[in-house]
Amino acid sequence: MPSPRDIDPSTPAIRFEGVEKRFGDNVVLQGLDFEVARGDRVTLIGPSGSGKTTILRLVMTLEEANEGYIFIDGQPLTHTDEGGKRVALKERHRNEMRKRIGMVFQQFNLFPNMSVMENLIEAPVHVLGLSKADAVERGRELLARVGLVDKEDAHPSSLSGGQQQRVAIARALAMDPEILLLDEVTSALDPEIVGEVLEILRDVARTTDITMLIVTHEMHFARDVSNRVMMFDGGRVIEQGDPETIFTAPTHERTKSFLSAVLGT
Amino acid sequence: MSSDLSALWTAIPQVLEGLGITVVLTAGGAALAFVIAIVFGLLAGSRALLVRGFARVVIEFFRGTSLVVQLFLFFFVLPRFGIPWLEWPPLVAGILAFGFNYGAYGAEVVRGSITAVPRGQWEASTALSFSPAHRMRRIIIPQAWALMIPSLNNLLIQLLKGTAIVGFITLFDLTVSIEKLRIATDLFFAYSVGLLLYFVLAYILTLGMNALEVRAKHRLGQGESLRDALRFRSPVTRGRTAA
Repeated sequence: MPSPRDIDPSTPAIRFEGVEKRFGDNVVLQGLDFEVARGDRVTLIGPSGSGKTTILRLVMTLEEANEGYIFIDGQPLTHTDEGGKRVALKERHRNEMRKRIGMVFQQFNLFPNMSVMENLIEAPVHVLGLSKADAVERGRELLARVGLVDKEDAHPSSLSGGQQQRVAIARALAMDPEILLLDEVTSALDPEIVGEVLEILRDVARTTDITMLIVTHEMHFARDVSNRVMMFDGGRVIEQGDPETIFTAPTHERTKSFLSAVLGT
Repeated sequence: MSSDLSALWTAIPQVLEGLGITVVLTAGGAALAFVIAIVFGLLAGSRALLVRGFARVVIEFFRGTSLVVQLFLFFFVLPRFGIPWLEWPPLVAGILAFGFNYGAYGAEVVRGSITAVPRGQWEASTALSFSPAHRMRRIIIPQAWALMIPSLNNLLIQLLKGTAIVGFITLFDLTVSIEKLRIATDLFFAYSVGLLLYFVLAYILTLGMNALEVRAKHRLGQGESLRDALRFRSPVTRGRTAA
């Protein structure tokens, strides 16, 4: 398996091909095709229940598609086409693919049985095989980056929501992911804390070339950070383009009504 | 009464001997039950149907049949097969019966606690590419542990009291020694001593398990440390520091 760093830069980081996802009889995504180029920052917008979060969960392999294929760096993620037959790939392959992808969750999901630093180094040491000293050093750099240098021995439960989410961002970055998935990362935070978390993500967007797939209700953030916005409704992309166009001159009626509802204009 | 006390005094070596057997049975049975609970609790949560099915059969057999019959199985039946290593002493038969019986109940507690760990913890572990074994050992079990202690404490106390039937397999435990005491004293006195001794044992177990629970929760960032909990303070100041 080639390392993600020596893949042809024109290969999309993420590609969906005819992806369908059902929960029981409820079809959440249908015949979904899209690509995210390497280094792209793509925000998914749309009403709740439109399948945005499901897309992130499919990429993270927390859910499995019922039909179609997902490719990461041109390599199949969970299923592959063998002579017209859809074949599930082994757990070992999936876990290799996962290492390229990081995710930050709405509910932070820090490990309560570990200190902040232990949260940060557990995966680098045990999954990537870093030495503990290297992982701690990198952990400290990341804590400095998210403004929590003095919290490395703190317990997650002693931190505020905003601080916990900053640790969760650092934890995802500690794995040096090629793709970062942000799933409504500010939705569980008090309004006055949202800014501090978004500022860190803006900084990550400015200073790295990580491909980002973002689900958010913070339209200003989406506008600042992303270079493409995809509007979802009923499990399909109904409109997409650069944020300027989508936010100021949407063409689709559904996009217009959605934006006026969330922007309160 | 004074004759009762002097009878108790002379019976003390007997009662202590019985107490010793009860403690050994409880400790041995609990240790085996704990291992079985963890192993079968994990197997019962396996995704592989055969593994899960095997665990379910074992769990349901030991939960669904009488403890007394299981005791007889380990004491009378298995040693009769003529296989040398099955010819164990009654104490081993007792520990095996209690270990498997309470282990089967414990396996359900372990399985339930594992499923009660929030889904976000499983998902965050997957997102960090942990192997299933690593996730279980480092993330899920340490959190499930705090959830399972109260139920395991119940089972432990039930196990202790359950050992009172081992007279059936010729073991001289606390209950049998109280029966002997009854002959020298009277019914009320002898059984009161028996009740008191079982209660003291049960209460010691509860205190120990409570300490484990406080420690386990503190490790998850809930509640005070064990050291703070043991410091003697009025409930008022305790409430204040917790807030």
